[in-house]
Amino acid sequence: MNADAKPLKAAGPAIGLSTPAPRPSPRWLKRLRVAVVQNVIPPVVIGAILLGLWQLLCSSKGSALPPPTQVISDTWELIVNPFFNNGGNDVGMAWQLLASLKRVAYGYLLAVVAGISLGVLVGQSTWAMRGLDPLFQILRTVPPLAWLPLSLAGFKDSHPSAIFVIFITAIWPIIINTSVGVRNIPEDYRNVAKVLRLNGLEYFTKIMLPAAAPYIFSGLRIGVGLSWLAIIAAEMLIGGVGIGFFIWDAWNASRISDIILALFYVGIVGFCLDRLVALVGQLVTRGTSAS
Amino acid sequence: MGAHYLSIENVDKHFERDGVSSQVLSQVNLGVERGEYISIIGHSGCGKSTVLNIVAGLIGASNGAVVLDGKEVHSPGPDRSLVFQNHSLLPWLTVYENVALAVNKVFKRSKSKAERHEWTLHNLEMVSMGHALHKRPSEISGGMKQRVGIARALAMQPKVLLLDEPFGALDALTRAHLQDEVMRIQGELRNTVMMITHDVDEAVLLSDRIVMMTNGPAATIGEILTIDLPRPRNRIALADDPLYNQYRHAVLSFLYEKQRKVEDLGARRVASPVKEQARA
Repeated sequence: MNADAKPLKAAGPAIGLSTPAPRPSPRWLKRLRVAVVQNVIPPVVIGAILLGLWQLLCSSKGSALPPPTQVISDTWELIVNPFFNNGGNDVGMAWQLLASLKRVAYGYLLAVVAGISLGVLVGQSTWAMRGLDPLFQILRTVPPLAWLPLSLAGFKDSHPSAIFVIFITAIWPIIINTSVGVRNIPEDYRNVAKVLRLNGLEYFTKIMLPAAAPYIFSGLRIGVGLSWLAIIAAEMLIGGVGIGFFIWDAWNASRISDIILALFYVGIVGFCLDRLVALVGQLVTRGTSAS
Repeated sequence: MGAHYLSIENVDKHFERDGVSSQVLSQVNLGVERGEYISIIGHSGCGKSTVLNIVAGLIGASNGAVVLDGKEVHSPGPDRSLVFQNHSLLPWLTVYENVALAVNKVFKRSKSKAERHEWTLHNLEMVSMGHALHKRPSEISGGMKQRVGIARALAMQPKVLLLDEPFGALDALTRAHLQDEVMRIQGELRNTVMMITHDVDEAVLLSDRIVMMTNGPAATIGEILTIDLPRPRNRIALADDPLYNQYRHAVLSFLYEKQRKVEDLGARRVASPVKEQARA
């Protein structure tokens, strides 16, 4: 209901705007205007209201958190100089984010490879499913950070430990979605493969992967979201360069405005990661979902 | 029996489910000559799809054997290509790629790359789909999908073409159009065809012989009717043909008088696992 109501309401002013215009504008301009009215105005309005509220609530003398204006003035140096490098941990926000993204990239890519392979195994073989599924169901409920002490003990170094935490966080949804996708390959496709006598490798590349791709990508999307959640928490504990430790460091130095700025960046990057995987998924699986 | 091009010999089939065995087919015997168009007709659940799947090798017979061109059938293969009711094209491949997948696999060694490309195009042209080579299945109509399915099956140059209710999911006009197309192609290529149908007109119009199956459980071949109508056949001219109507009448009376479907629970219980298993 809500989703329906919003564009309808937004479409109202669009029509109202176009009628008084004396000369007919080109169609693409009209469409662009409708798109702007429908997609840009609502978030801008809500955002402005929320910022105003925040400003009002935090402007009083004794408030614990800074208002938005103060956040911007406090962090102006960080915003305009994202790439400064004073050595050690004292580097710009862009470097902090890149360090975190690099860890996520390693851990996540390992999880993608291992997760899809295990998912295919569990989806293909009933025996493997019976043996491994209970194990997966138990392990996937372990919170990411609970793995950190164990991996620190195992790797004796913080860098691989952080990557391992990402890996172990992202792998479960990938395994589970891949195995469901492989198990749900329509019997017709299997029959086509049988009639053509496709061998194992041909079946894997030409039938299984494309048929399971929509499922695999929903697992990949959940996985990338979880790994971004986990890296922030893990970095707070392991230290070094990274947006997670930046937040922790700012807290220890009582730089609340820096924390707020970092949270904003974390949200934006997480959103971009999610959209990136979704976009790749759309490109790869185009046509697959609608047969 | 061994003299036929395709022979189904004493085939029995029973499925086990929860320890209960249900007999689906009993003593099915059929000989098909080269170039013959055979239809198998019967009520739903009578096991006609099971017969086709046994010939395709997708399921094994409990007893008896299927012999094609002197060799016993054990597993699926491109010499018995299938056209499924729901087309079963791979949705992530274009029309061209769907057929090319089959052509490239079947003629990997015997044809050069250019020849395989030509052969793929040739088969798509034959079903009048040359204009939509780079469309995906989701972008074309149901009738077009079925055409591509037929092109893919024909492109394998099968010894016998198996059609599993190929026109069942189409509207009446598209169906008639496609039936004419199949008749024309059959006239050119003289394929051996085995088609499952529950449409009496379709069976009489297309077939050289109609195999009528009794109701399950333990279904078998009830009667075989030879359709002695000259080819090429024209559906409009045949509509008033007394012989055509006589054949129609014969099939209808078999289905609705001799083998009236008894819709009681007992029959259903036996029939439903058959259907599921056969489709699975």
